[in-house]
Amino acid sequence: MKRHFRELSVAAALAVMLLAMALWAPKFFDAQPLLTRLTSQVAPTLVVACGMTLVIIARQIDISVGSQFAICGVCGGLLLNHGAPVAVAVPVAILLGALLGAFNGVLVAGLGLPSIVVTLATMVTWREALRWQRSGVFVDIGPAQWFGLGQTAGQWTILVGALVLMVALARAMKHLAAGRFFYAVGTDAEAARLAGIHPKGVTFAAFVILGALTGLAAMLAAVQSPQVDPGAGGGLELRTIAAVVVGGVSISGGRGNLWGVLAGLLLLSSINPALTYMGVEAYWEKAIQGTIILLAVVADGWRARNQNH
Amino acid sequence: MSAAVPPLLRLSRIAKSFGAVRALKGVSLDLQAGEVHALLGENGAGKSTLIKVITGAHQPDGGLIELAGGRVERLSPSAAHRLGIACIYQQPALFPDLTVAENIGLRLERAPTLSRVNWVGRRARATELLRRIGAAVSPDAEVRSLSMPEQQLVEIACALGAGARIVIMDEPTASLTQKEQHLLFAVVRDLRASGVGVIYISHRLEEIFALADRVTVLRDGESVGTSAVGDINEAGLIRLMVGREVTSLYPPRAGAPGGVVLALRGVGCAASGVHGVSLEVRAGEVVGLAGLVGAGRTELARVLFGLTPAGAGEILLNGERVTIRSPREAVARGIAYVPEDRRRHGVILEMPVAHNLTMAVHDRLFPGAWLRFGAERQLAEGYIHDLAVKCAGPEAPAGSLSGGNQQKVALARWLATKPRLLILDEPTQGVDVGAKSEIHKLIRRLAQEGLAVLMISSDLPEVLGMGDRIGVMRGGTLVAMLPGGSDAHTVMAAALGQNEKGAAA
Repeated sequence: MKRHFRELSVAAALAVMLLAMALWAPKFFDAQPLLTRLTSQVAPTLVVACGMTLVIIARQIDISVGSQFAICGVCGGLLLNHGAPVAVAVPVAILLGALLGAFNGVLVAGLGLPSIVVTLATMVTWREALRWQRSGVFVDIGPAQWFGLGQTAGQWTILVGALVLMVALARAMKHLAAGRFFYAVGTDAEAARLAGIHPKGVTFAAFVILGALTGLAAMLAAVQSPQVDPGAGGGLELRTIAAVVVGGVSISGGRGNLWGVLAGLLLLSSINPALTYMGVEAYWEKAIQGTIILLAVVADGWRARNQNH
Repeated sequence: MSAAVPPLLRLSRIAKSFGAVRALKGVSLDLQAGEVHALLGENGAGKSTLIKVITGAHQPDGGLIELAGGRVERLSPSAAHRLGIACIYQQPALFPDLTVAENIGLRLERAPTLSRVNWVGRRARATELLRRIGAAVSPDAEVRSLSMPEQQLVEIACALGAGARIVIMDEPTASLTQKEQHLLFAVVRDLRASGVGVIYISHRLEEIFALADRVTVLRDGESVGTSAVGDINEAGLIRLMVGREVTSLYPPRAGAPGGVVLALRGVGCAASGVHGVSLEVRAGEVVGLAGLVGAGRTELARVLFGLTPAGAGEILLNGERVTIRSPREAVARGIAYVPEDRRRHGVILEMPVAHNLTMAVHDRLFPGAWLRFGAERQLAEGYIHDLAVKCAGPEAPAGSLSGGNQQKVALARWLATKPRLLILDEPTQGVDVGAKSEIHKLIRRLAQEGLAVLMISSDLPEVLGMGDRIGVMRGGTLVAMLPGGSDAHTVMAAALGQNEKGAAA
């Protein structure tokens, strides 16, 4: 109970919010719009946030995910456009994402460069390269939409798929020795090294996994409309990092889990529709999100201070 | 000395404790104007704490500080500065990207924040100060481009410019070449001639005899003797430094050791300054490794554990020649290393005891990489019971344990790897007396069970009491291998290089 206080408090905040919606704006739970919101906004972000959690637990950060997302979506879309089956396009997008992640990983883990600077550079570079290449032209994916399953079945596939992935990863982080390495490296890389763990390998792996998941998320998003937007993924890094931090993952590494991240993401992404259904101006969304993030960071700072005394 | 002129500085029965540790128990010292007063003592004798008391960084718990005959009540760093006390540390604390004149200006100028900088005046003052100490350093040079001794000269110039009458030098020659030392000595003699009192801390006996007027020896936080250098010889100093008996607190030694587990032949590593180390450690044997701070003991341990892989020589484990390029390889070959500074890297404080314990044995304990919490708990409970670790349970964060118990957790982590060679680096540093003797018993028991133990310690009685044989390191290499039961005097003499010097002269 006490150990998961932070995660539980986010879940409680989410529960309070959903309860308020049930009482005052039951239209919030209308099935079809809810499902659409969950698949279009929550599911791809959740997949990216899973990878971001690993990276942040290992005491790094990656702000280039939005650009990786756009590149993977466009490349996967082009393959579909040229008649490749989904079973080829999706793995290729994942592999491409892993490569982009590996590029960050080599610079951060191999050369010991600060991840915020490396990924800032790759964020701008990938984004501008794509803009130069595509000049903003959308990619037609035609019949590949919803993996060819039809909208409702496709939506359920995406939503359930993202959740299964998250749960599997959460279990892996708790139950695999490798999962614990991320926590060890994020808490004290030198201590981990003295214990025979390879911190550089762990850091590299975190970036590669994040890249691969970003590639997958890009395809989950791409198949939801007839066209792929080369400008997709703008602000994705902020949405995922916000969800991760609100979900109780320590920005200085070593602490947190994916259940908290799920709660954090659901909380943050419910605010906009909640405001809409309550008839409040949606302008307030960003301010409220910002306040929640601040609250989370203050809570973590307070916890860290109490631990040190 | 003279009763008429009060000494520049007089310390009487200074005491200082940190928690339960009594760093200073009663230090008395007086410093005359125009005197170089050497301060000598083993690692941990209290020299650094004493400096911090004199410079106002620590408030003493007891005792009296008098400056030029007047009692000083509360000495803060700024008050010490105002009263003319300056300290020159081993590593000069200068801004590398600013010029010498700018550095001196930053220390000495007390102009209002928004006033214009008087560049001409600043440079002139720097030039004058550098000239006074005879330093061939340009005031316009960037500090980054200066050598270590040149940077120390800049520090001394700052001290002079601040009107320092008391200058403390903490092992100023530790990183200097012979020639640079002579330059520094000349400056120290100039300071003395101009009436400054110098407190000179050094491990090098020959320096003390060449430079100092008097010498005070610290031992276990007490000043045990002050003497004019003309009235004492090296043997006398060493006797003062170690003058205590090894008590029978240590567990009895084991019988005859078994086969050779670790053999080093001329092992060296250029990056860490270790060179030409040859030694053997047998199963069932505790080899103590003594030496002063910076003698290369931890560096040798890091070479053996693959943290800074060896570049020269041969390492043999159980008679087989091996190369160890990473901690992983070291662990795979049955080497375990419990590092010093446990609070930083020995255990991960935020993680539960159980996670800390299994950190190095994931591969063995969890085949297929799937963690089995039952097995983990069982292993943790086993070691908690076996080593009598006092904790709330396997799930308690390591940070909630006392120092001695954290050390046991660090030890247990490595015992879980079933090593053949156990390297301990300062195993009882910062551990209270009771836990210390428990750890000693534990080390002895492990040796009796057939482990080869290499134990680095700066605690001389510990090395003497625990070591079946005692290696002494100095300047990055092993200078002596002494039998167990050697006396402190012999070990200290080797650590200080007295034998070597005698042979050379």
